[in-house]
Amino acid sequence: MRVYALILLFLSGTTLLAQNCDYSLSGTVIDLHDGSPLIGATIIIANTEQAVQTNVEGKYKFNNLCNGTYNLQVSHPFCSTKGVTVKVNGHTVKILKLEHHLEELNQITLEGKAFEDKTKTMLSSVIKQDELERYSSGSLGDALNSLSGVSSLNTGNTVVKPLINGLHSSRVVVINNGVRMEDQEWGAEHAPNIDINAVGNLTLIKGASALQFSGDAMGGVIIAEAAKVPVKDSLYGKTLVTGASNGRGGALTSNLTKTYESGWYTTLQGTLKKFGDFEAPDYVLSNTGSFERNLSVQFGLNQIDRGFEAYYSLYKNEIGILSASHLGGAQDQVRAINSDVPLIINDFTYDIMPPKQDVTHHLARIKGYKTFENFGKLSLQYHFQQNQRFEYDIRRGDDAGKPSVDLQLNTHSFMADLDSKLSDESNLKAGLLYRYQENIANPETGVRRLIPDYKKYNAGVYLVLDYQLNDNWLLEAGGRFDYSFMDVYKYYRKSFWESRNYDELYPELVIEDLGTQVLTNPKPKFNNGSATFGASYTFGKDYSLFINYSYASRAPNPSELYSEGLHHSASRIELGDLSFTPEQGHKVALSFERSNNLFGFAISPFINTINNFIVIEPTGVEQTIRGNFQVWEYRQTDAQLLGVDINANIALAKNLSFLHQFSLVKGYDRENDEPLIEMPPVNTVNEIEYRNSKFHNLRLALQSEYVFSQNEYPNNNFEVFIPETQTTELVDISTPPDAYHLLHFNSNIDFDVNNKSTLTIGFQVTNLLNNSYRNYLNRMRYYADDLGRNFLLNLKINY
Amino acid sequence: MKTIKFLIPALFSTLLFVSCSSDDDTPAPVNEEELITTLTVTLSDGGTPITLTYQDLDGDGPNNPEITVSGDLANNTVYNGSIVLLNESVSPAEDITEEVEEESDEHQFFYTIGNGLNATTAYTNFDTNGENLGTTFTLTTGDASAGTLTFTLRHEPTKPNTGLADAGGETDIETTFNVTIL
Repeated sequence: MRVYALILLFLSGTTLLAQNCDYSLSGTVIDLHDGSPLIGATIIIANTEQAVQTNVEGKYKFNNLCNGTYNLQVSHPFCSTKGVTVKVNGHTVKILKLEHHLEELNQITLEGKAFEDKTKTMLSSVIKQDELERYSSGSLGDALNSLSGVSSLNTGNTVVKPLINGLHSSRVVVINNGVRMEDQEWGAEHAPNIDINAVGNLTLIKGASALQFSGDAMGGVIIAEAAKVPVKDSLYGKTLVTGASNGRGGALTSNLTKTYESGWYTTLQGTLKKFGDFEAPDYVLSNTGSFERNLSVQFGLNQIDRGFEAYYSLYKNEIGILSASHLGGAQDQVRAINSDVPLIINDFTYDIMPPKQDVTHHLARIKGYKTFENFGKLSLQYHFQQNQRFEYDIRRGDDAGKPSVDLQLNTHSFMADLDSKLSDESNLKAGLLYRYQENIANPETGVRRLIPDYKKYNAGVYLVLDYQLNDNWLLEAGGRFDYSFMDVYKYYRKSFWESRNYDELYPELVIEDLGTQVLTNPKPKFNNGSATFGASYTFGKDYSLFINYSYASRAPNPSELYSEGLHHSASRIELGDLSFTPEQGHKVALSFERSNNLFGFAISPFINTINNFIVIEPTGVEQTIRGNFQVWEYRQTDAQLLGVDINANIALAKNLSFLHQFSLVKGYDRENDEPLIEMPPVNTVNEIEYRNSKFHNLRLALQSEYVFSQNEYPNNNFEVFIPETQTTELVDISTPPDAYHLLHFNSNIDFDVNNKSTLTIGFQVTNLLNNSYRNYLNRMRYYADDLGRNFLLNLKINY
Repeated sequence: MKTIKFLIPALFSTLLFVSCSSDDDTPAPVNEEELITTLTVTLSDGGTPITLTYQDLDGDGPNNPEITVSGDLANNTVYNGSIVLLNESVSPAEDITEEVEEESDEHQFFYTIGNGLNATTAYTNFDTNGENLGTTFTLTTGDASAGTLTFTLRHEPTKPNTGLADAGGETDIETTFNVTIL
């Protein structure tokens, strides 16, 4: 680029002719991506000594020029230098555009500023790369858990499902590099299929206000993006090795990026994670190991006004499920719950046996964008995802080793998005989406399908406008409409079909009667509108206030509509309902923030009212040959969630700071006037952190995590007769575990290996005091304690 | 304005896409191979055998099982008992007892006598390691009484064990019959 500019400069000497020379050339230097003025850009006229800098408004002016053609060299500390040819004819005005590098990274983002503008009137939380690296051997859910207002619904410690302000699964949308993850997220024991090591930046929005991504994110949106790639000739990468004492395993992750001045780039990244059985303070958690393998590759062209990117990622994870949690009926549940220790404790092993999950997720994406002057930036994207999920139970005879769940979910999406600057004060984002999805449930499992075969067609359109009213106020409004149509083939047990009266309500759905089963073909259609209105007000030096209302509407998922049978991993019979209508949520969120290193805080209260909220709750006990099972039925009700998240930071002394987090959420079923199940208990995190940038970037942090006992919960207990003792026993599946307190230590230090490479050594201890505890939001809490002390050593080398 | 002009036709074109769905290939039904629908216990003392039957054809579906006891037991008699497990949801019905006996070291039946029934049981068949299996057994009745007889099949129990309390494993079957000794 620079060479090109120089050549232009040399060639330019001959074009100047003596004439009337009192004209001027003036204008503004702006950022190509968002049109913001660039302050302190230098403009030099080739072959003359004339040079000017832009002022605070980004304006420049040359006087005493003659008519003719000039070659300018435009430069800015955070931009690539650019040569521009300008024809001066009288007093001439010319706007010069530069591609602005992100100052903090000295890099250009592929997406420009688009990703920073996920929502402007709702406080979003961001986890940056250096923090993410501390979770390299963990999961996406572990990293998100560090944010206030986020907890996780766990199945053991490897299946970590994010829970935002009390909501999870289909109510939380995960966007991975611009792609909405379709990874069977409806299941509470299905974690997001994303490699945390492929994520450069993780953003959380606690609501549905990011309408460009979805309109059904009642709980919130999690946005994972790859690290940004600079436009310069470079080859760089990093390798991170983590060893953990608990689980006696670790993670190895590495990536390499090659970039060119011309804008071409390519990145290759891979991760390998292997753990054996994890351990609670007093015993081995048998069959909790995991084996994760991930790979991603991307290449593309990133130029000033256009570019494209091709991306492919593979995620594969095999996860053992605690042996002691594999149960028959209620009598086994009683034994497991009443026992202080897990019913099965074996010696430590790396082997993963049934029950286990084996998940593979492929994601391929191609995206292109072009910036049109006076119109905006148009992006087109196509992506394909394939999610293959196997779940293995302990089985008998010829079926041993055969999966009990074998589901393949294929999703094709096409998206067109426009980001347009309507005026200096207002921006418009609009777009379309078309999606086709098919679920293929393999009948070879010999187990009735948990999720039926279906095809789903989805079309969506959105529009988001923001308007900068003045220096203090910014207003935002948006709307979205989604239409979905499903073509479902579902085999119902005839006894269930009749007991629900479906034979009278929906006789037209039956296409074949097989005696004990009926094949049905439901074709539900859903229309979902969503909207958001918000304002942000910035005042003083570092205060801002965010006010946001969002209306979200979510179509019921296949599990809520069509479940019918034993859900083995939950040891209960789950029944869906064909007649469900979409959930409609109204969330009002407020944030008051002071962004300051000496004393900063954010207080974010919210209230989320959801009509037709789909809950699952116990309705009875079913007698089977295996004993009794509790029956849980999905039902629609009106729910309300309210709470507050608080963050604060105080500088105690030079290099020493105190960080505080507090989250409270309460959820109620307003129809039955009872608390909702699985609401995160009140929790607070307090940390003292020492950072010394002058001594190898040393960081030492001691963190205290206190989780209260959940005091509001629905009573779902039931009684069961135990023949061997001739007694009736209470199955207590409701009472939450006691409060607990954990201490964690975290440290890291940098060493320069040579002028290009840095070695970062990190040392962490989680659950420092080796406390035994059980977490209300862990589905394994009935059977075993949570993890004991864990020492982690990280080595990272950047090159 | 330009944007809106662009959006409207684009939206309509996507809706057109939506309306054309094709193929009619219906998925195959699933035969539940592992399901045990029926447990039959035959007790014989040389005369007309007494059968205890538990049948639940819709598995974990909503229908209640049918539990039948063909007759009363005689007092102070030794009965030879045998258990047959069937999956009658498939045609022809599958004999699950064979699978259990093939994997004898991973299975064990337990007999629980309750509510004052005056009887005792003993194992008469064993797994490959010589530990109790119990698809056949003897039931020795005492004096006239009435009570319950429960059959429990555990998958992957701890062997040897002293009974259900320390057997562990996962319950595959648990069925209770009301019986009378005359």
